[in-house]
Order: sequence, then structure tokens, then C-alpha cells
Amino acid sequence: MKLKMLDRLLLLGTALLAAYQVMIGIDGLESLPTIAYTIAFGALLVAVLLMLILGFEILDSPIVVVVSTLIPLSLSLGLVWEHLESWRLAYLTFAICGFLAILLTRSLRLPGRLPVIVLALVHGVAGMVVFLLPTVLAAQGETSPGFALVGLGGALIGLGGVLLSFLKAERPIVSRETILRIFPALLLLTTAAFVVGFALQ
Amino acid sequence: MIHALRTRLRLYWPLIKSLQTGLLLSTGLAGYLSAHTKADLGELCGLAISLFLAISGSTILNMWYDQDIDTVMERTHNRPLAAGKVSRREAFWLGLVLAAAGVGMALAMDILYGLVVFAGLFFDVAVYTIWLKRRTCWSIAWGGIAGGMPILAGRALAVGQIDLVGLLLSMSVLFWIPTHILTFSMRYHADYQAARVPTFPSTYGFEATRAVIALSAMIAAASIGVAGVTIGVQAGALRLMAVLSSGLLLLSFATVFRPSERVNFSLFKYASLYMMASMILLSV
Repeated sequence: MKLKMLDRLLLLGTALLAAYQVMIGIDGLESLPTIAYTIAFGALLVAVLLMLILGFEILDSPIVVVVSTLIPLSLSLGLVWEHLESWRLAYLTFAICGFLAILLTRSLRLPGRLPVIVLALVHGVAGMVVFLLPTVLAAQGETSPGFALVGLGGALIGLGGVLLSFLKAERPIVSRETILRIFPALLLLTTAAFVVGFALQ
Repeated sequence: MIHALRTRLRLYWPLIKSLQTGLLLSTGLAGYLSAHTKADLGELCGLAISLFLAISGSTILNMWYDQDIDTVMERTHNRPLAAGKVSRREAFWLGLVLAAAGVGMALAMDILYGLVVFAGLFFDVAVYTIWLKRRTCWSIAWGGIAGGMPILAGRALAVGQIDLVGLLLSMSVLFWIPTHILTFSMRYHADYQAARVPTFPSTYGFEATRAVIALSAMIAAASIGVAGVTIGVQAGALRLMAVLSSGLLLLSFATVFRPSERVNFSLFKYASLYMMASMILLSV
């Protein structure tokens, strides 16, 4: 399926928002959250640029699994580091080990269900952190209510991740065409929610 | 009269390869703005006009000299000169006048700036196109040096000397050019073979060419990064440059370890985007 003009515009908007976030949106933070958010939005930016150049075919590449893990994992690491001081070291260890585990289980092509279990575990924890942490913090009044938008972004990117995972497992919930039709809009909405949410923090 | 002029201009426009000229012009402007001094609007306009004239003139002179090659190659045989829509004599004079006007204007603005612009023209037309292009695949090194001159010229005009940052910026363009030209020469390998133009793929093979591309991309990204730090570019812009550089490196490695026509062409497109974005970021 080829990229239409509207898809290109939506992806361009996503790229510009991600670039803005890397350049301006995360200024003034501590080193580790800065690095973590740079990796998250940077991976998103490069992925979207490659999609603009290569089209939806890039989604069939094996590297998509790694990139789609990198985004929620580093985003959740930045959030934990900023807002859950007592969990910093534990979550940093989980993020590094989780990423290495996915990298290893994917590159060694292990038989059985281990690669899927590792992917689901790491993705699941990171996704829940990105969705729940900002939502809870905003609900408790510890941050501004607008910060809940980061949680909404987490939910949206989680939805995109689930759709893509089922597609890659050749058990799509909806057809490939439908997923690809909504994917650019989903990416733009996700990124916009993250950027606005962090700005309102 | 106006109609005839418009028709001529429409034929001349493809002769200057507007995208390539625009990209080189943007590097010249970025070199000037990288000094982060209070920009003199008149000087900036002069820089843009003189560089545009010199780069356009040199591009037309290249096309004039390479008309026989363009005629043979599938990709270029529709160009106005190769297709016979513009005569060689007309193209020669047009190129010469534009180039002379550009260099003359540059010299009038500042001697050092003018000399660097002239060096770019000389390396591009005399050394790269006329002397080396048909003899050795290493001619692209001189093409790269010529390509690095606009950014060096812009920087020299702003700071009044050739400094380390200028050389680093120039080096980044020099090493960016192989990622651009070599991916192109792999994509149109048969064309270059037919025209008997020696290229890296035809001389050293595809595998070695891909390795050179990856190495060049690494050096280009490192040069831009070091130049950015030396200039004192904002931390945010540096972060973004690092992210974009990682994309360039990712694609460069993909051309080595997972080579395919699509990856090859993606690198070609991404490299242009990367250079344009880096120039903007160096200027802010």
C-alpha cells in the first residue's frame, strides 16, 4: 500500500513535532531523562523519516520490533526517573536488561515462545508505565491536569503497537489496509499528545 | 519577446540542477550564519546572489563539457543540452557569464571570500569535470572538495578568515558527498558503464563502495557534530543533530550489512535531508 499525500502530511507533522520535542521540549531536565526522551523522540523521528522515504514497507522490517520497544521503554524510563525517585535504579536496570533481552532473543532467533514472552513483558510494563504514571500523577494533582495527555499518548501508541504486533504475527485484528490507513493519523495524535502533555507538565 | 524569453528561461532552468544548487547555496548561507555574528542583510543577500550565480555557472559548464556523457546515459539524455534543445555554444557562454558574474561579485564583496568561491569553481569545472572525471573514480574526492567550498566561503565571509570551524564544515560536506554520489553511481551503474565513466562500483565493486559510503557517513556526521560543538550550537540543536546523524549511520550500516536497491536509494534521499537539516541547525 502506497503513501498518499495525506499520509505524507500527517507523517511530516509527526516528524516536526518529534524534532521540536528533541530540540526544545525537553530542555532543562536532568541528564538521564534528557537522554531517555531524546532516544524516545529521536527513534520516533528517524522511524517516521524512514517511513516517508521508504513507505509502509518499512513496517515489514525486523528492526521495527526493536524501534517500537525503544520508544516506550526510554519514555517510561524518563518518566520514572523524573517522578518516582525510589524506583530509579530498579527501573533503569529493568530498561537496560529488557532492551538487551529483546535484542538477544530477536537476533539469535530462539525457538519456542521465549522471544514473544520477553517482548510482551517488556513492552507491557513500559506501556503501562507510560499510560498510568502521568494519568495517576495528574489525577492526584501532583502535576497539572494536562500532563494526563502523556498517558493518553501512551494509550494511543500502545494501541498502535498492539495492531502492529498482531499484523506481524499474521493474526490481524483488522485488515492490513485499515491499520495502514489509520497509522499516520495515530502517530500524529500520539506525538501531539506527548508534546502538549510534556509542555503542560 | 517576453514569450521567447520565458521559453529560454524554462530551458535554462534544468541546466542549473536547481535542487543541487539550492542545497549547495544553503550550505553557503549556513556557513555564514554559523558565525552567529549580527547578520548584515545586504551582505547575506550578496552572498546568496554571488553563490547562486557561481554555482549555477559551474553546473552549466559541467553540463556543457559532459554533453556527450549525458546523451549516452538513460537518466540524463533528456536534459536540454543532451536533447539538443540548447546549443553547446549557448550553454558555454551562459555558464561562463554566470560563473564570471558570481566570482566577480564575490571578489568585489571580499577578496578572501571571492578566492574561495573561485577555488570551488576551479576544482569543480577544471579539476573534477575536465581533468579527472573520465580518468579515475577518485575524481569524486575533488568534486567533494569543490562541494565543500560554498560553506567555507560563507564562513570566511562572516569571520574574515579560514578557521577550524570552516574547515570542519567543509570536511562534513566533502564526506557527505560520497554518500550522495556513490549511492547514485550504484543505482545508475549501467548508465555510467555505458558512458565509460569510471566509478567506485565499476572499479572496486559494490561491496567496497558500500563500505566507503558507511565510512564517509560516519566522518561527515562526526565533522558536523564537532563543528556544532565548536561553534557553540544550542544543546537542543546538538541533540537533534545527534538523532539525525544516528539515522544516517543506521542507513549506512544497512547498506553494508543488508544491501538492497531500496536501502541504497533511501540513504541517497536521507543524506540530502540530513545535510539540509544540519545546515538549518548550524544556523540557529
